[in-house]
Amino acid sequence: MNRVEGHDKVTGRATYAAEYPVEGVAYCYPVQAEIARGRIAGVDASAALAMPGVLAVLSCEEPPELGADAEPELALFQRREVAYRGQIVAAVVADSYDDARAAARAVRVAYEPEAHDVMLRADHRGLYKPDKVNPDFPTDTEKGDVAAGLAGAQVTIDVTYTTPTMHNNPMEPHATLALWNGDGDLTLYDSSQGVSLGRDMIAQALGLPRERVRVVSRHVGGGFGSKGSPRPNSVLAALAARAAGRPVKVALTRQQMFDVTGYRTPTIQRIRVGADAAGRIAALEHEVAEQSSTLVEFAEQTATATRVMYAAPALRTAHRLVRLDTATPSIMRAPGGCPGMFALESAMDELAVAVGVDPVELRVRNDPDTEPDSGLPFSSRNLVACLREGAERFGWRDRDPAPGVRRRGRWLVGTGVASSTYPARRRPSQASAAVENGGFVVRIAAADIGTGSRTALTRIAADTLHVDPGLVRVELGDSDLPYAPVAGGSMGTASWGTAVTMACQDLLRDGKQGFADTTEAVNADAELARHAFGAQFAEVRVDADTGEVRVSRMLGVFAAGRIVDATLARSQFVGGMIMGIGMALMEQSVVDLEFGGFTNHDLAQYHLPVNADIEHVEAVWFDEADGELNPMGTKGIGEIGIVGTAAAVANAVYHATGRRVRDLPITPAKLL
Amino acid sequence: MEITLQVNGVRRPVDVDPRVSLLDLLRERLGLTGSKKGCDHGQCGACTVLIDGRRVLACLALAVAQEGAEITTVEGLASGERLHPLQAAFIEHDAFQCGYCTPGQLCSAVGMLAEGGPSAVTEELAGEPELTAEEIRERMSGNLCRCGAYPNIVTAIAEVGA
Repeated sequence: MNRVEGHDKVTGRATYAAEYPVEGVAYCYPVQAEIARGRIAGVDASAALAMPGVLAVLSCEEPPELGADAEPELALFQRREVAYRGQIVAAVVADSYDDARAAARAVRVAYEPEAHDVMLRADHRGLYKPDKVNPDFPTDTEKGDVAAGLAGAQVTIDVTYTTPTMHNNPMEPHATLALWNGDGDLTLYDSSQGVSLGRDMIAQALGLPRERVRVVSRHVGGGFGSKGSPRPNSVLAALAARAAGRPVKVALTRQQMFDVTGYRTPTIQRIRVGADAAGRIAALEHEVAEQSSTLVEFAEQTATATRVMYAAPALRTAHRLVRLDTATPSIMRAPGGCPGMFALESAMDELAVAVGVDPVELRVRNDPDTEPDSGLPFSSRNLVACLREGAERFGWRDRDPAPGVRRRGRWLVGTGVASSTYPARRRPSQASAAVENGGFVVRIAAADIGTGSRTALTRIAADTLHVDPGLVRVELGDSDLPYAPVAGGSMGTASWGTAVTMACQDLLRDGKQGFADTTEAVNADAELARHAFGAQFAEVRVDADTGEVRVSRMLGVFAAGRIVDATLARSQFVGGMIMGIGMALMEQSVVDLEFGGFTNHDLAQYHLPVNADIEHVEAVWFDEADGELNPMGTKGIGEIGIVGTAAAVANAVYHATGRRVRDLPITPAKLL
Repeated sequence: MEITLQVNGVRRPVDVDPRVSLLDLLRERLGLTGSKKGCDHGQCGACTVLIDGRRVLACLALAVAQEGAEITTVEGLASGERLHPLQAAFIEHDAFQCGYCTPGQLCSAVGMLAEGGPSAVTEELAGEPELTAEEIRERMSGNLCRCGAYPNIVTAIAEVGA
């Protein structure tokens, strides 16, 4: 079955947040801080207010009324302190977009700047141990005696990897259209990965009861985490509409997105491994330094995958955070696992080279029986099968491990492998199902940000009801629908699908309608290690003269539970791997040390993979039968594709050139 | 300024601010929101439309300069309910996920297939180049897709272009 909204998307009829036709809409354009730290001395809006079409100027000169416990990034115009360059400090509302933009440039903001600090360093004196890492993992873990394990090891690796700031850059910029009705109820058409959470957080920010707020997000032009919780545009639209007395649209520009919609924290990761001569790990340590803003503590769970991957009698992981004069980092596809596994899987390759063991065999040799850190049994773990199957399909058997010796014309050729993993969890959700007009309607406040959840939930409902999918219509993307968690953490299908299945079972009993709340079922889940696994293989060619890296082919083999829809799954896996190629070779936001913020903030300077960058990318999978997950037996597939990709490419670059690049992205300069 | 545009075969007289881009005119004034704004700087291709059959970035085109031009947006590709073959192929090959780059990809592909001539990856400059996957990838690289649907986009275009 094709995507149920496919026809709407190819004809231009799918309506995204900024596109709802509304009579009398006005436009709001933000003014952003020009300093990285300091105080706003004053905002002079007189020139802007005199310009054509201008309806209102918002700023801290007249702080709008907000809730007392608004999330600090959403608490607009409440304080005179500037937390980072690019923070929204004022905004203009006008009749047209062009008028608003022109007038925003005429708003004069006077600052009292202070010295700022925007640079993450491993020896930063502000590094501290946060209470937990995102979303609720322990900050540090320790098992066994790592120091003794390292001291007694025949081979040790002690290396530091760094990853830069990366930006999600979904194709649809964050946008919100806000409408207040006469009773003081607010409707927001918002680009959101989760309308229930969005509604709750926006209501909290505005100091409104949640019943007065409705968030609608039927189609979302990608998010990759950056639309997981509301960004300032959502609250700004509401405030601007209140000030103007008209519906107001806020559509952030691509440049503004780099400042106010979140990013993946840069990381500095030290990995130490001690092993015997056969490569069996005795001790493994993964220490991470990363950043957050002065406004909000967000600590990425970078080292958590290391708690899951390999059998190590002594195992320690630790996260340290420093609060800088930057915007708040946030979730970007596979938070934690993605940067963390670049480090761990690069280190495994370095260990393989050091002990002279094939990198596939090394991973097989260190495959654990139970989850290494917790000791919990796995619900299922088929990493070894993924590695073996991938090696067979990729033609790994005849690989000569010697680096830098294969040349085809001007190209140096190499291959690399890396493992991937991501947690398979689920969260409580609600859903309803009803017989209507001879068909079935399923309602759930889920989101389809391009993952295909509308289609997957249609299939799940049809399977439960034993009817043709054509008879089922899924309504999602509206906070008035039954409560649902965000599209994130690879938990969407597992969480929503459980609720949809149970609601449809309830409908079968009732005959007319059904409802489910999965809170009890989810809370009763047995304590088990539930994770998806995969193996990624890459072949690269490196121009011996220019250092240009091309990924000639990639293969991902995944074990991610039961796959609901093969077409959608392949698109998710392949799309994740392509984003991983971007991470490996080109993506980085360069911190502007002098002024704060980033020196590159558009798509001409922040490079994403384009069509010509992608040659052969293939994904295959095992259909796992795991009865310990959810009624569908799914593990989630949205994130694991990106995990491991960068390491596989980096390991292939080492094999091609003999150069070990430990600092992403692998740009030509690092190979010359 | 008073101008008259031809959009998807319909005459559209409008009074426009001379600063307005064709993209903003289509989206904010004419109710044609199929053309997407991804960067507003000609860097992503999401706003690609056809002007007199050629693919053009509507965010870089001023509306006032389009007097008399034939503009086709994604809304104008289908004939009534019958999809353009590229639209059908995009659905069939799952050549999109979030769908936000899709209108631009489609308009760009329609224009690209009509272009001919050599590209940066064409080895033999004489004669018409064969529409290989490499040629399609090269010629479609002005249209970014963050979901990473590129392999399926190439498959869909190759099927229609064959």
